[in-house]
Amino acid sequence: MGHGRQAVALDQTNITGIWTTMLRYVIKRLLLMIPTLFGAAVLIFLLMRTIPGDICYLRLAAGGGSVVQDVLNNCRRELGLDEPMLMQFWAFIKGLVTFDFGKSMWTNRPIVDEIALRFQLSLQVAIMATLTAILIAIPLGTLAAVKQNTWVDYFVRTFTIAGIAMPSFWLGILIILAILVTSKAWFGVPWMPPIRYVPIWQDPWYNLSMLIWPALATGYRYSAVATRMTRSALLEVLREDYVRTARAKGLYEKLVINRHALRNALLPVVTVVGIEFAFLMGGLVVTEQVFNLNGLGKLFVESVLNHDYAMTQFLVMMVVAIFAFTNFVVDICYAWLDPRIRYTR
Amino acid sequence: MQTTAEGATKSLSGEVLSSHTAAKMGKPVLEIENLSVQFRSSHGLVRAVENVGYTVHPGEMVAIVGESGSGKSVSALTIMRLLAQTAEITSGTINFDGRDLLKLSDEEMRRVRGHHVSMIFQEPMTSLNPVLKIGLQIMEPLFIHLKMSPEEAKARAIELLTLVGITDPESRLEQYPHQLSGGMRQRVMIAIGLSCNPKLLIADEPTTALDVTIQAQILELMKDLSRRLDIAIIIITHNLGIVARYADRVNVMYAARIVESGTAEQVFGNAHHPYARGLLSAVPRLDRGRAMRLQTIEGAPPNLLKPPEGCRFRPRCRFAIDKCSVSPPLVEVEKGHRAACHRSADLEKIDKPAAASHEAIHAVADGVTGPILQLKDVTKFFPISGGLFQPKKLVRAVNKVTLDIAPGETLGLVGESGCGKSTLGRVVLRLDDPTDGKILFEGADLANAGSDEMLAVRKKMQVIFQDPFSSLNPRMTVGDIIGEPMSVHKILPKEKIHDRVAELLSLVGLHGYMADRYPHQLSGGQRQRVGIARALSVNPKFIVCDEAVSALDVSIQGQVINLLEGLQQKLGLSYLFIAHDLAVVRHISHKVAVMYLGKIVEYAPADELFANPKHPYTQALLAAAPIPDPVIERTRPRRIITGELPSPLRPPPGCVFNPRCPIAVENCRKEIPALRELGPNHWVACSEV
Repeated sequence: MGHGRQAVALDQTNITGIWTTMLRYVIKRLLLMIPTLFGAAVLIFLLMRTIPGDICYLRLAAGGGSVVQDVLNNCRRELGLDEPMLMQFWAFIKGLVTFDFGKSMWTNRPIVDEIALRFQLSLQVAIMATLTAILIAIPLGTLAAVKQNTWVDYFVRTFTIAGIAMPSFWLGILIILAILVTSKAWFGVPWMPPIRYVPIWQDPWYNLSMLIWPALATGYRYSAVATRMTRSALLEVLREDYVRTARAKGLYEKLVINRHALRNALLPVVTVVGIEFAFLMGGLVVTEQVFNLNGLGKLFVESVLNHDYAMTQFLVMMVVAIFAFTNFVVDICYAWLDPRIRYTR
Repeated sequence: MQTTAEGATKSLSGEVLSSHTAAKMGKPVLEIENLSVQFRSSHGLVRAVENVGYTVHPGEMVAIVGESGSGKSVSALTIMRLLAQTAEITSGTINFDGRDLLKLSDEEMRRVRGHHVSMIFQEPMTSLNPVLKIGLQIMEPLFIHLKMSPEEAKARAIELLTLVGITDPESRLEQYPHQLSGGMRQRVMIAIGLSCNPKLLIADEPTTALDVTIQAQILELMKDLSRRLDIAIIIITHNLGIVARYADRVNVMYAARIVESGTAEQVFGNAHHPYARGLLSAVPRLDRGRAMRLQTIEGAPPNLLKPPEGCRFRPRCRFAIDKCSVSPPLVEVEKGHRAACHRSADLEKIDKPAAASHEAIHAVADGVTGPILQLKDVTKFFPISGGLFQPKKLVRAVNKVTLDIAPGETLGLVGESGCGKSTLGRVVLRLDDPTDGKILFEGADLANAGSDEMLAVRKKMQVIFQDPFSSLNPRMTVGDIIGEPMSVHKILPKEKIHDRVAELLSLVGLHGYMADRYPHQLSGGQRQRVGIARALSVNPKFIVCDEAVSALDVSIQGQVINLLEGLQQKLGLSYLFIAHDLAVVRHISHKVAVMYLGKIVEYAPADELFANPKHPYTQALLAAAPIPDPVIERTRPRRIITGELPSPLRPPPGCVFNPRCPIAVENCRKEIPALRELGPNHWVACSEV
């Protein structure tokens, strides 16, 4: 409705008003996450119970032998699986709300303990990969857009197509091979990245020498997507009238690109970066396998295979929460980058 | 050459400089000679500008007039050297202040841009960067060119905003473009352009996107600044009225060449090129009514990929002779007046001015029972959700509108953007549901009609939209587009549709073979004709024309207006003609309603309304709209209305026009004036006239 837009445009918000509107916007966004999370909880709870077979049967009959019904019933009672579905769901939701996530049904250790190190590891890989991607994507995408249809652009486009086409795990294997071969050639002894995770504040060098490789392997693909997005968004913005205005003002080309064009072009890039980041937290199954990392992706697959309801449900809810939160951060970035969003909410 | 910050400030506040006539004697600030520009496209070379030359003196306003694609914008962008990379300047010099701009290095040129030559663009809505504050955008050239400190730049920015008539400039610096209206943004653009005290300001269609009252404000401001600061202005426009009112000199461009050049009086009073003469008679004028049929130029401008040999205008020219296959040179016909036509000397004799002989016959059949469409207190409010915890607000788009249209009659509906005229059109068609009121179409109320009833009625009411580029489906052929309504309404069996499409095409002046074309293969004027043919396909009785000719070039616009008038006479159609262009409305309408902020403020027969406007808003609209005749324009009193349309979310109390009204009294802020009949059928909503 054109009238509405114009009316809002004419509306003069004063400076102090911005913070209250901003705060209201943030609260609104956070409240909107609740239905998303609840929907996901219902879905994963039902899905887990539609998979044939249950954890007790799997645990007891793993060897292939026959199972005594009493033992099976005992096991189910212990895990609370004999209760009505609704009660089980209630317990699940209550746990989520009170932050009492329970124990893994498979290992019987508290989920929080199981997760702690793996979460750190996955988070660190995701952050490092994101940083790698941003550091590559924005300069490279900008360069390609500014030098459109020159050899620079062609190089960047080839480089990024390769990044998208090549699976991260395969690049991971290549990296490991390269490390082995070069270390052997240079030092005479083959060197392998460490395989036991140590938090970065305990031994930064050891930690980084382990995680830098998977971060690079995933970061390359990630950067390729973001580079192409930066390039195409910037090409579009460079055709905008206000870029022509900036040039007509006699600004240095560098200023035209950095201040006038890039900031407008970053909106779609932020979206891509956000989605990819959320995906890395729990989606790196094969790459974790290749680098022998004990991360969330691996745990995810194992707990699904084991029918570990509690663990799987928790992991899904965590990933959903991460996605919702990342989207929230992306929206805040939007508002920060674009005053039109900031002022009209 | 060196303009310091102090110098800039001083001359701004300094006394009024020499008048523009005295300035003309001096050295020109810009001399363009023999300029040719071509573009490489995938279809071949496009010569967008050919052998163009003109001069501009300080304090002078020079207009470049032409239709879209005539090369007027390209020639201006060439001065700034802001052409796309596919462009190539093949010949010419652009002497600015003793230097050939085409010979400067990129860095030297950058120092000229925004400092000595600046430019204002057409679209104020998109020409400012949406993510940067107004203040920074004004101060940037001051930092770069004049090396000002932030404090100096801020002071200067405030001064500039004051100069261009923006109130409360200091707080504006902290605002973003989307918080300003279109007119305000164009003022900001002018402030940016003036920031470093340029010698030359190039304005490319600076007011095309603005409403007529805002257009007048902006142009008055530019003219005033040009005189006071002795800035030369090149204004590029297709609006002949603007040229007549403001320009000192005029260059008419056609198909990449200048065809006529002279003072405004010379070109308007004594045009020596058939194209210039044609344009002047093709444009509807505020001072001429329905009685004068528009003399249009047949055909469309040539494709510059394959321009015709010799004179470019030859294929459309009524006076073309064999000699015209050789390009005519631009020669002087009188002092300071040049034209490029072999027959310019004879034109006066062979091209008699159009007499008012084409008396339009009223298609209104006398004695017909009642109006075809009656609106009674039609109201449309849009609720706007104010967020989670805020009460809903109402946009009062259309507020108790009462109108009627007789069979075979055209009701013109004028108003500025946001006044609710298009919404009213949509409500009449029931594309939007009215909030309240009655819509009587042939006596039956549509306001609460069900979908079946509406389907039957829709056969009789059709619509023609503004944008011929986006209102036709690009993946359908012209034949399918025109035939679709007939098959939807099951008017004709499939096998007969094809013949009917051909018939409709010829009715709107297109060839039958065009049925197999796609919209992108047609020109803007042809597309609008397809839109009209589509509307006619179901044999409607009533058509809503929503800005139906606004997007078209002058010569094409004239053709389409004549077509609409011809169809009305032939088929007895009724039109609701919604437009912002007063001259077009004047030309086509029998009755005119003036709308302001959702309300009808004046409603009268067209001739009566334009001859004897009563409401102060109608008077202001008419005063703001220029007439393409410099002689009339120079003697017309100019009362430019101040202020802008208020937000329909918070209409002012009392008479909605009172904040901008020159004759408002205390009572106008309290009481809403009702429509009163001041003369026969002349209704005015004002208590003070």
